[in-house]
Parts: sequence; C-alpha cells; structure tokens
Amino acid sequence: MEIITAKDLTKDYDGFRAVDRVNFTIVSGECFGFLGPNGAGKTTIMRILYCFMPPTGGEVKVLGHDVTKDPSLVKSRIGVMPQDDSLDPDLSVLQNLVVYARYFDIPKKRSSVMAKDLLGSVGLSEKMNANIRSLSGGMKRSLLLVRSVINDPEIIILDEPTTGLDPHSRQMVWKRLSELKAQGKTLLLTTHYMEEAQRLCDHVAIMDRGKIIVIASPQELMDRHGGNLEDVYLKLTGRKLEN
Amino acid sequence: MKIKRAYRVWQRHLTVYTKLYLSSIALNFVEPILYLVALGLGLGGYITEVQGRPYINFIAPGIIASSSMFATVYECTYSTYVRIFYQKTFDAILSTPVNIDDLIAGEMMWGATKSVLYGIIIIGTISAFHLVDSALVVLVVPILFLSGLIFAEISLFCVALVPGVDSLNYFYTLFMSPMFLFSGIFFPLDALPPFVSKIAWFTPLYHLTNICRSLAAGHAAQAVEGILWIIAAAAILSPLPFHFMRKRIVR
Repeated sequence: MEIITAKDLTKDYDGFRAVDRVNFTIVSGECFGFLGPNGAGKTTIMRILYCFMPPTGGEVKVLGHDVTKDPSLVKSRIGVMPQDDSLDPDLSVLQNLVVYARYFDIPKKRSSVMAKDLLGSVGLSEKMNANIRSLSGGMKRSLLLVRSVINDPEIIILDEPTTGLDPHSRQMVWKRLSELKAQGKTLLLTTHYMEEAQRLCDHVAIMDRGKIIVIASPQELMDRHGGNLEDVYLKLTGRKLEN
Repeated sequence: MKIKRAYRVWQRHLTVYTKLYLSSIALNFVEPILYLVALGLGLGGYITEVQGRPYINFIAPGIIASSSMFATVYECTYSTYVRIFYQKTFDAILSTPVNIDDLIAGEMMWGATKSVLYGIIIIGTISAFHLVDSALVVLVVPILFLSGLIFAEISLFCVALVPGVDSLNYFYTLFMSPMFLFSGIFFPLDALPPFVSKIAWFTPLYHLTNICRSLAAGHAAQAVEGILWIIAAAAILSPLPFHFMRKRIVR
C-alpha cells in the first residue's frame, strides 16, 4: 500500500531551488532512504513530509492526506527524529517524553508508562530524572529516537539518525531501527553513510543538487552498476558521497 | 489556530516555570521592589507630595504596570529567542500536531500569563505596605492579561525581525527604556512639553500606568479610556507576530 507519494515536488528558498521536481512513492512497512551529500535537498524533503514547511510546487500526500491541507492530522500519525538536538534542556529526561506526548494529547498517566518502557528499551532507565545536559551524544540520539515513537506513529522520519555517533552507538540505533521495522513501521531516513543505507533500506533514492537521480534497491543498484553503493554513487554523479 | 494546541504550548512553559521559578522570580520581583524603595523612599524624602499623595504612593501603582510589562517582554524576547534558535524547542514542537499559529498563540498566552503573575505579586506587596487606597486595584488583574498580550505581540514581532540576539538591545534601548521613563510612572507628564504626553499616548505602558493608578485610587471612571485603548491595541497588533513569525520560521 502506498503510504507517501510526492509528485513534482519542488521547493525554492529565496530564488534558490533546493528541491527540483522530485517524484517518489513509499509503500507501507518499507525502509526508504534518501542518499546524498549535504545540500542535496534531503532535509528539505523530510521537512516538507512532516509538514514543517509547505512545498513551493507539486503535490505531497502522506497517509492519504495533503501535507498542506491537514498538517496536524498528518503529524499526529508520524514520528520525527530531527538532525539537530531539539531535546528540551529545561526538562528532565522523563519530562521530555511526557511533555512531548502531551502535544499529541496523550494523557500523563499513559505517557509516563510508555516513556518508562521506552527509556528501558534504550538503556536510559537510570537517567530518567537526569538533566539533558548530562547526557552523552549517543544517549541524546537514543532519547530523540524514543521521543519520535511516543505517539506510536505509523511512519517514522529520521534525518541523519547516526551522524556524529561513535560506531557502538551507531550499531545501537541500527538495531533499534530494525526492531521498529519488524513491528511494521514505515521508516524514512536520510543518510550519507553507504553502510547504513545498504544495511537498513529496501529502497534508496540517490540525490544530487535537489534532484533524484535514481530510485532502486541497494542490491539492484550494485548489480546494475557494479561495486558497492559508494562506487554506484560515484558513477551516477561523478562525485564522492562522503564529504 | 486551535486553542487546545496553543494551550499545550502554554502548559510546556508552565511545566518549565514551576521547575525554575525561584531564580526567575528574583529577577522580576526584586527589581521593582528596589525601584520602589530607592525612588519612593530615597527621592520621596525630597519630594513630599505629587498630585496630593506621598511620592511612594504615587509611584507604587505604576510599578504594577512596569513589572508586569518587563516580565512579559523578557519572556517573549530573550526566552523566546533562545527557544527558537538555541534550544530548537520550536522545531521539536512543530513536528507534533501543534502548528506554527498554535505555537505563536501559546507563546502569547504564556507571555500574558507572566504579566498577570508578576502584576499580582506587586499588587500584593504594595497593598501589604498600605500604598493602595482602593480594593478596585484587583480589577487591574484581568487588564494585565490584555496588556500582556500587547507586550507579547510587540516582543515576538521583534524576535521575528532581528538578525541576531544582540539586535534585541536596540529594542530595549530605543523603545523600552524611553517608554518606561516617559510612561508617567515616576512623574506626571504634564510637567513636560505637551508633545511628550502626545507621544506617550501611543504607548501601552502610559495607558496601563493610568489604569493602575486610577483603580488603585478608586477612580474607576478614569480608567475607562485606557482600558478601551488596551483592548483595541491588543486586537489591532495581533496579526503581527503570526505573520512575521510564520515568515521567519517556516519560510
């Protein structure tokens, strides 16, 4: 079942075209990756999908709803893990989850139970009452990840979920993402790590300068163009992916 | 805009505030009391009476106005700025069902709430020191919510426009300080050339000061013009923060 569709999606910022007439379809339960260097337009697409900003042109439907017409409805059914640390430093670890859940009208009784479960699943139970500033980078990422699923979303949008993490923390995030996928969640992520795309994604869209060059499964791409994803990227764009 | 979603934002601020209120109360509460003591008693030792009242009684109701104003303006300039650009709180909230208009409405409601909160503290304090003549002063409380909305609207509008946090200093130096000094809190404006009170008529603090002083003295009728001004200004300025914040944040 198609869960996200974008038709001729375009986004301009002050005369600069960040996303240029892209088309893609994402089906329920898959993990879809946007692959490309910084500035390729990945984050912009994510922000449009989670209704942070409207597209300049084209049509985007998430769960059957137009993102410009029903943003609250769309946002109530998706989870977002942003690229930046947007945890609330004025609140404790547990409060971060409970206050966030409140924006979804989840009552405190229920969100506290859910939050404690989720913190346990990423090994943060002992940090429940800790200050956000006392968390390590990896812990913050884990907290952002569990915050994004507090509303039990059908789709989870992850903008560079492992950028800046040490190899161990990265493995932890990958493991958690695989679990979410096994639960039937649709995952949408951006990355500039080939290994991440190869390991997690059913389909990848290779992006360069606001355009999607190709959409296929990582295996298909490697079969068609030879070598690993890194080589494929170099062949298709003439550039290296990692900056 | 949905009131319930704006209320969620307001609730977030209340949650944070109840955690940190001690440090913030000192900032907003101690300062006005210092003004009252230093000017009321210090300067009041030389000026025996203003408009038929001891000087400290003359300035006390004005401190309700200025204290509530500063509580809102600090909240909706520096604190809002930090939430948007440093803490990314807006980004987090906007990825939930709360939309930008709900968020701005929540910021305004919270800013106005702070006006009410700090106004009540000052009303209580000056009443305890017998600096208020009439119980009508409690009617100031609902008006503080409306004047708080005006100060929140102006502050959020500035935050939406400034290129960096330092530029907020212009707002304080060029707008807040003159408004504070020439609001009629510390001296009646009729002692100055008439154009001063003409300019002051266009500022919210001038009217709020008049309202506080009239009600504290028990002259309700004298507060009417100011109240109408406050209601009108709150309504007229309301599109400003929504329009400019939408432009700044969502693009």
